[in-house]
Amino acid sequence: MQLLLESLFNGVAIGSVLLVAALGLAIVFGLMGVINLAHGELIMLGAYTTYVVQLIFKLPALQPVYNAYVLVAIPLAFIVSGVVGILLERTVIRRLYGNPLETLLATWGVSLILQQFVRSVPLAYAAGLVLALVLGFSLPIILPDKLLEGPRARLVRAGSWLVSALAGVLLAGGLASQISRIARATSRNVDVTAPKWMRGGIELSGMTFPVPRLVIIVITILAVLGITWFLNRSVWGMRIRAVTQNRSMSDCLGISTDTVDVLTFGIGSGLAGIAGVAVSLLGSVGPNVGTSYIVGCFMVVVLGGVGNLFGTVLASFAIGVLTDLIGAGRLLSIWPSMPAPLASVVDFFATTSMAQVMVFALIVVFLQFRPAGLFPQRGRMVEA
Amino acid sequence: MTTALLELRQISVSFDGFMALRDLNLSLQPGELRAVIGPNGAGKTTFLDVITGKLRPTAGDVLFKGRSLLNKPEHRIARLGIGRKFQSPRVFENLTVEENLALAVSHPKRPWPLLSAGLSAVERDRIAHLMGIVSLQQRAHQVAGSLSHGQKQWLEIAMLVGQSPDLLLVDEPVAGLTDEETDLTADLLKSLVGDHTVLVIDHDMEFIRRLESQVSVLHQGHVLCEGSMDQIQSDPRVIEVYLGRNEEAA
Amino acid sequence: MLKAFQQRRWPLVIVWVLIIAAIVAAPAVVSGFGLNLLGRFLSLSIVALGIDLIWGFTGLLSLGQGIFFALGGYAAAMYLQLNSSSDEPNGIPEFFGLYGVDQLPGFWQPFHSPWFTLIAIWLIPALLAALLGNLVFRNRIKGVYFSILTQAALLVFFNFFNGQQKLINGTNGLKTDVTELFGQQVGSALMQRGFFWLTAVMVILAWLAVRWVVRGRFGEVLIAIRDDEPRLRFAGYNPTLFKTIVFAMAGGLAGIGGALYTVQSGIVSPQYMTVPFSIDMVIWVAVGGRGTLIGAILGALVINLARSQISTFWPEGWLFILGGLFILVVTALPEGVVGWWQAGGPRNLLTRLGVARRIGTYPRLEMDGKEEVQS
Repeated sequence: MQLLLESLFNGVAIGSVLLVAALGLAIVFGLMGVINLAHGELIMLGAYTTYVVQLIFKLPALQPVYNAYVLVAIPLAFIVSGVVGILLERTVIRRLYGNPLETLLATWGVSLILQQFVRSVPLAYAAGLVLALVLGFSLPIILPDKLLEGPRARLVRAGSWLVSALAGVLLAGGLASQISRIARATSRNVDVTAPKWMRGGIELSGMTFPVPRLVIIVITILAVLGITWFLNRSVWGMRIRAVTQNRSMSDCLGISTDTVDVLTFGIGSGLAGIAGVAVSLLGSVGPNVGTSYIVGCFMVVVLGGVGNLFGTVLASFAIGVLTDLIGAGRLLSIWPSMPAPLASVVDFFATTSMAQVMVFALIVVFLQFRPAGLFPQRGRMVEA
Repeated sequence: MTTALLELRQISVSFDGFMALRDLNLSLQPGELRAVIGPNGAGKTTFLDVITGKLRPTAGDVLFKGRSLLNKPEHRIARLGIGRKFQSPRVFENLTVEENLALAVSHPKRPWPLLSAGLSAVERDRIAHLMGIVSLQQRAHQVAGSLSHGQKQWLEIAMLVGQSPDLLLVDEPVAGLTDEETDLTADLLKSLVGDHTVLVIDHDMEFIRRLESQVSVLHQGHVLCEGSMDQIQSDPRVIEVYLGRNEEAA
Repeated sequence: MLKAFQQRRWPLVIVWVLIIAAIVAAPAVVSGFGLNLLGRFLSLSIVALGIDLIWGFTGLLSLGQGIFFALGGYAAAMYLQLNSSSDEPNGIPEFFGLYGVDQLPGFWQPFHSPWFTLIAIWLIPALLAALLGNLVFRNRIKGVYFSILTQAALLVFFNFFNGQQKLINGTNGLKTDVTELFGQQVGSALMQRGFFWLTAVMVILAWLAVRWVVRGRFGEVLIAIRDDEPRLRFAGYNPTLFKTIVFAMAGGLAGIGGALYTVQSGIVSPQYMTVPFSIDMVIWVAVGGRGTLIGAILGALVINLARSQISTFWPEGWLFILGGLFILVVTALPEGVVGWWQAGGPRNLLTRLGVARRIGTYPRLEMDGKEEVQS
């Protein structure tokens, strides 16, 4: 019983990392039909954001509240990845709607650039650049319309970008001078140290639950609940769904499809940032951290079925539990009297990477019966 | 009933509870020309999907030359002798007109013979003949994507004829065509009758009238009535469907 | 060639003469290192031809060609290792000793035979491609789903080869440069020159073969699959079969390319099955021009030459350039350089500048959706 519980917990833990990483991808793919191969790099940006935030909280002035840095990192990571995602949507993806294969290639290009970017650019300056971008995009929204529509609109716009750039430079300079570790570019992996309250585990009926895993599960649950609420209950969520179902009709009804695109992609990307926080709690952070998650995320989306969040959730946990069952060789401990040939097969697959081999094989077998995943989209489609 | 070329028995199709077709019965004799009309959502296209194997019915059976078509993939059904023209023209846009027709006319449809085989003289003649019928000789080497809507319609009809199926299923062949072209299409279809069996679906009443054929009226997924155009038009049930509560007239 | 003269196609003849002259003379002109690079890149262009066949013509974007590439390489390397290990303890390749393996694993046995190996190099990848492809195609899984699944398959094979030290030397891979063939060391200058010529000949043969496939009526069916696969079914064709066959062909070509690459780079390892390498293969074809065979060959050659040059004097820059290339070719030059040239691109350059393609909806999604109702 305890064995079963333990493996269930491990499976859920693995699954929740997958889920939080795949959530944004599922939204962007399900709602916009965009395959974003740079999703892994958006996760990576979120992880690096956590790293920078953690270093900032180590500064003497912020030392007393160091333990709370994760709480700050989550929204910041959301914003950083979200803004980079929006930038990506505006510059590249927007031109490629309706061509998923082309989008796939273009976003791969973006992912290469982002990987090299964090290797070649010191994190302090990268932080400055992101701040400048965030301010630059948000100032025109925050400023009163009167200023933006007046005779000196151009001047105001230029000014707001100038202010943003200045803020960025100041932040970059400040960070670089205060924290020497991020003043120089490095391609080496870095480590995010968890705050004290997150180390160790919680004992419960003879079992130990590692706290970082629990935190990730909580983050995942909140992210899923939040996004479900947003899509199903909020006005903009309804608009997003409307555009997904009938774009031209939504356009006619006065929904700004452009804004919807930006919003959807921004949220999907922002979720990748949150996933980055989770990922940074599990291991070291490097330029390639995202690549190791991306294939798993896609498997979740394929298995879960497109455009169905519940499918995504179920698929993540299914893959998580299976990976743990096979990879940790738990089948043997659950059923010790297994016949020898079967046991040697189970033993053969009892490593994390070999478990991936097995899980993939199982997914392909599954797709033979349900080609469109767990929850395929149904309905009467009108012939175009 | 064994002489029927195509027979639909008690066909029902349900989409998540919505009955697109229910207990549909229809049979076609060899060499017959049949028109099917019906208001929007009557299940006309769904009914073609069932015959051609695109959709599996929830219940019922489809017999072609006495054999059941259920569980057969589309290409097998096509090889048995059922050709289909789609509602909006679907031609292969990056192939030339000639190549499009060659695909349809070609006898070997399996990969290995196609690797080495060229077109036989008979097939070449047939392609030239078909292009003549739909007046596309001038555009033989133009890619189909550059044709006008009407020309694409005709190219697809020519491809359908080129496939020389026993049964032609023609879905809205004259949508977007000029009056003159519509008349020519009607003549073309009529000329096929006898050697082939033709089933036409359309909204255009004038076009259907020109076909001078038996008409089946589809309503809410089943056949409301059958008869000649005049009989149909005086049938109170048809009038009610088209003009009464349901106002999406053809 | 005589026919070509009669038809006044002498420019074509001149080009061929120049190509053959260049191939024959290359070892005399280029340094040993340069020749080796050139030979390797030529073997990559065989892989690119296969990708062009499935992607450029049939519309199947595979992100897993590395599997077949590596399998071809492994087949060649296993033969070479066996061929040179008679002096080793137990008569089996040296690395087995490191893991305490004293008996050759069963699947190595047939690779004692050179003839088996020559066939296995292309047949094993082709059969695997046919199997994987068929499992996917018969369920009408297509478009991006196919791409994603091929990528996942790639990762799976990487994991498998990377983790199995006792079977295939795991992450270290199999070295070929110190092995012997015909009494010569494979890495020697003489052998390398031979391999270069062999590769060049194979590129030409592969080009002719693919051209034969796409020029005929088979090729028309492939383009029809790319244009409107469901429609093709109603014309009596079975696209699944055609797709399986071309995917197998591309797999076989990748296997041949992989074997030639391996003997010239001196090693085969799971690194050939990494995700980035397989996606890079796609960009060679995209830049060169999908749907144009010359474009695929030139794309593979030019991009790899550029990579080797740029990474020496500006190592940090290559990924920026490559990434930019991906974005550029997709957004601005979808038909690739050769395709652009053939479409009268240079002339249209000015008119093309500033012409942006705008799509008001996500049409592909709607079209795909139509087919997905069937399940």
